[in-house]
Amino acid sequence: MGLLSKKDQKLILDPLADDNPITIQVLGICSALAITAQLKASIVMTVSVIFVLGLGNVVISLIRNIIPSKIRIIVQLTVVAALVIIVDQVLKAFSYQLSKELGAFIGLIITNCIIMGRFEAFALGNGPWKSFLDGVGNALGYGVILIIVGFFRELLGSGTLLGFKVLGDPIAKTGLYAIGYENNGFMLLAPMALIVVGIIIWVQRTRNKALVEDH
Amino acid sequence: MSNRTDSNSYTILFAVGMVLVVGALLAFVASSLRPKIDENKRIEKQQNILYAMGVNENDESSAIFISDAEVAEVFEKYITKQLVITDGTNVEESNDAYLIDVKKEQSNAKEGKERKLPLFVGEKDGKKFYVAPIRGKGLWDAVWGYVAMDANMVVQGAYFDHKGETAGLGANIKERFFMDDFAGEHLKDASGKFVGIAISKSNADPLNNDKTDNEVDAIAGATITGDGVAAMIKSELKLYMPYFNTLKK
Repeated sequence: MGLLSKKDQKLILDPLADDNPITIQVLGICSALAITAQLKASIVMTVSVIFVLGLGNVVISLIRNIIPSKIRIIVQLTVVAALVIIVDQVLKAFSYQLSKELGAFIGLIITNCIIMGRFEAFALGNGPWKSFLDGVGNALGYGVILIIVGFFRELLGSGTLLGFKVLGDPIAKTGLYAIGYENNGFMLLAPMALIVVGIIIWVQRTRNKALVEDH
Repeated sequence: MSNRTDSNSYTILFAVGMVLVVGALLAFVASSLRPKIDENKRIEKQQNILYAMGVNENDESSAIFISDAEVAEVFEKYITKQLVITDGTNVEESNDAYLIDVKKEQSNAKEGKERKLPLFVGEKDGKKFYVAPIRGKGLWDAVWGYVAMDANMVVQGAYFDHKGETAGLGANIKERFFMDDFAGEHLKDASGKFVGIAISKSNADPLNNDKTDNEVDAIAGATITGDGVAAMIKSELKLYMPYFNTLKK
């Protein structure tokens, strides 16, 4: 990280742990529930959000001085919507099956609160380079949680990771299944995503007491 | 902020400029990717048709198509004839029948114009399959599929897909546990009358052992999607009855 100053490093690293958009800011929960039944979908969503948020932050930052303040929310929405449509079209052209699986969720990036939140809270007041780092950092922080949740949901729910049968074959009863292990179908349903996110929040705040809010 | 960006005329000008720039950009992206996307859709159609007649790479639980790279060749091998049916019994052969847009034909029919019905005749292990595309409405948006039948209109296999049904509920129509139930189901009742296949919540046969009851088990929580699938099977496949009647003679 010699390339980045201390401040810049903070922009990338903070959202990964102590200022995580999902577990600390509690933003972007909806998509964290919806698409984490499979690890692959989590990874693709992460990459898409990195692209949209990194680039979106730069665009907003570049035009921050000429955006009329009266319509700035609409301008922000237009920028996200345009970027999301581009992601959607590119996926349809180059990864058709995946775009079908993600389907509506790609469109839902537009309403991902993290994106509008970072535009409004950071990009409108900072230069393009810093905004880019902030965007990538927050998208990564979001992605880390998505991937952790996706990992456990796919492993415990389907017994696979990225589609590979890592625990053996549930029909032929090989591997773990030979000694009576069963997949937990409940892991594939949305409520379990919330519980996994809850466990991550619990672990994180136990390790770092400074994160616990006083009430 | 400076006064300059606060004025009404500036705001309007900015909005107009933004719309023009963004519009042009999106139009450019959409039109430059169009051929690639169309190609993907064409490949998908071939994969769907082959899937319905049992040419696929399914493992024990998930639905897996013939790969993109091989599908053109496999399609050529298994699909022996592509027919376009008009007026119920008027049959023409056409190698591009699978490109017929069912949605367009449906709206043609609504306007009183002639509707072209594509039917794909396939052969696998010495058995003949008749695959028909169907299209209808689910809860949120379109549902469609391909149904493979034998000459007596007994379903041999089916593939369903949807545009925006609820994940985990209606979206399950494209899961194996639902699609596989259709294999062997009769579309006609004992007297030979076309009745379709109902997707039944009160089905007394959840294991689907009775193939002549014209019913399969519904998906819990997906009543309207299921009704939509049943309705499209009934209304769309009925149109093929006259053609299948000619096969018997």
